[in-house]
Amino acid sequence: MRTRTVTLLTALVLLLAGCSAGGDETDDGRITLRFQSLAWQDESVRVNRELVREWNATHPDVRVEYVQGSWDSVHDQLLTSFEGGEAPDIIHDASDDLADFAHGGYLADLTDLLPGRLKSDIPQRTWETAAFGDGVYGVPFLQEPRVLIANATLLERSGVRIPTPEHPWTWAEFRQVTKRLSGDGRYGVAWPLKEPVSATLNLSLSAGGELFHRGADGRVTVRFEEGDRVVPRTIHDQVNTDRSASSTTLGSGGSDTLPGFFAGKYAMVPLGFSYRQQIEQQAPEGFDWRVLPAPAGADGLAQGVSPQTLSIAEDTPHKKEAAAFLDFLLQPGNMVRLALGDWMLPTGEQALKDPALHTAERGWATGTALAAHLRPAPAQSVRGYAEWKDKVATPALQEYYSGAIGLDELRERLEEDGNLVLARYQR
Amino acid sequence: MRTSTAARAGQYVALLAYLVFLAFPFLWLISTAFKPPRELGSLHPTWIPEHPTLDNFRQAFDEQPLLHAALNSLLAAVGAAVIAVLIATPTAYVMARYRGRFAKAATGWVVVSQAFPFVLLIIPLFLVLKNLRLINSVPGLVMVYVVWSLPFALWMLAGYVRAVPAELEEAAAVDGAGRLRILVSVTAPLLAPGIVATALFAFVTAWNEFFFALVLLKTPEKQTLPVILTHFIGAEGVADLGPLAAAAFLATLPSLLVFALIQRRITGGMLAGAVKS
Repeated sequence: MRTRTVTLLTALVLLLAGCSAGGDETDDGRITLRFQSLAWQDESVRVNRELVREWNATHPDVRVEYVQGSWDSVHDQLLTSFEGGEAPDIIHDASDDLADFAHGGYLADLTDLLPGRLKSDIPQRTWETAAFGDGVYGVPFLQEPRVLIANATLLERSGVRIPTPEHPWTWAEFRQVTKRLSGDGRYGVAWPLKEPVSATLNLSLSAGGELFHRGADGRVTVRFEEGDRVVPRTIHDQVNTDRSASSTTLGSGGSDTLPGFFAGKYAMVPLGFSYRQQIEQQAPEGFDWRVLPAPAGADGLAQGVSPQTLSIAEDTPHKKEAAAFLDFLLQPGNMVRLALGDWMLPTGEQALKDPALHTAERGWATGTALAAHLRPAPAQSVRGYAEWKDKVATPALQEYYSGAIGLDELRERLEEDGNLVLARYQR
Repeated sequence: MRTSTAARAGQYVALLAYLVFLAFPFLWLISTAFKPPRELGSLHPTWIPEHPTLDNFRQAFDEQPLLHAALNSLLAAVGAAVIAVLIATPTAYVMARYRGRFAKAATGWVVVSQAFPFVLLIIPLFLVLKNLRLINSVPGLVMVYVVWSLPFALWMLAGYVRAVPAELEEAAAVDGAGRLRILVSVTAPLLAPGIVATALFAFVTAWNEFFFALVLLKTPEKQTLPVILTHFIGAEGVADLGPLAAAAFLATLPSLLVFALIQRRITGGMLAGAVKS
């Protein structure tokens, strides 16, 4: 018995020791770069792995190792990796998560590292999403507009005008349409507003809402003006006055609204463009759906986005090689493959011309037509935004949408409480 | 006092309700794991899948290295359980039997250490392990798990030691047994349920642990199951529900298996009749 126990313990120690060998360096002098990808859908992971394989096949001296990360925990994981000097060389993230890392000096300034081809291929307004101070700390490469996913059968039966990117609904028209689509236990729209702040702020750009205003001294203040009120007021009135929007989905995530959408309980759901993948997978046989542009306001179809980005760690000694890999990964053809795998839009203008992104099937053409209207999300460069969002804006908007407070109190809280929070970050 | 039939029936109904409450998430997980995507999007989901499928399992295995991650988890959990028990057993004995100033201070420290949020510890731990070259290694993770589970393991085992009547040890001493002999031949066998329960606690804690593994393990070949499971979750919390449920279901099986194998050991009653009171 004793012999058996000792043998078992010895085996365990040996097994553990066997697992401890590691490290990123190879003995033959080849460079190994660690690329942490957050791709998670089957198609997207496959494309990323394929591209890494293709790179490795043609670049024997600079090997890229694919490391799977997770959207769910990327910020904490990167923060500790940076602090401990163990960060991946090439980092996949989103532009709204980069500010702290860029200000903290963890990410390399890509201004002089990237080739001219890539710089000119991505529009300036998109580069702005990853620009902090004087530097650019990520390559924005995939983005998604918020669109209306509609039950085509209900829409056509109601006789309402079908909007297109050229002739979208106005916010007022959208409200009327949802009223017409409601009745018999059905709602014209279901707003999944578990995260109400980014949805509200991003869509408010269409009505000219900016909310965050930067003064001549560089200080940012919150002002809730007429343009900022259009979207919140529309949602509030749909839920509380017209009863054309379900109040039960206000606390839901996008996926939670899909069963009701498939069952005909909701005629439309405003969702990110990539949700089409889930809809395609889960919709019942014969379910007819289509993609419509989000309503337009005084500023047309403008809306805010936080693109997915690829960055290079400041600590890596192989920045040039990492930039060469990014250049390869973001060649127009490869960018299209990545976009199709993630059901999103590429940021590169060459990639956006690809015929695969202009087919009416699965709403690709509608989404692609919106690409020119996408702007940096209003708040992502504002310091203190995260606290303002969590402590002030999220509860205030949730209370307003549920009818607990009015528009004046919403304004008061966003501005007065909000400016107190922002002031602490701008001393 | 005899319990009436109605009261007995009521007790069973309450017990059944409690069991259903406990089992509901697990049963739902199993149901989800076998459903095709279309049934996952249904407004009126059913307990039994209408068109059961193994596609979710196939997809889960295709997309992520589940078996390799399970092996890593197993090594980390078994390693943590064995080492925690080896350290906790003698320490708990001293804490329970010798009521000196040291024992009091140790007990106080155990209680206080339970109050530390792990987010406070992660960066110092990361730096310490980095200096020891134990980042991205299962042994490094095992060390963290041992440290993490040790306070509660000590607390738990000390309670079991106190439940072993000192009279038994005194009787053995009267019969001429030395201290070591008493510990090995009298106390240790009676502590077996406690040791097993402590090992199980350390095993399950390590098996399910996510955050330390996420931060300390860098490369895919080192990652444990809880970390791999998050790869089925995308931006804004959107999940690949079917494969996630399939992988999560498989991830619960080893814990259940270990528990089923050793639960007999945990049951009390070993001390019944040992002392006449």
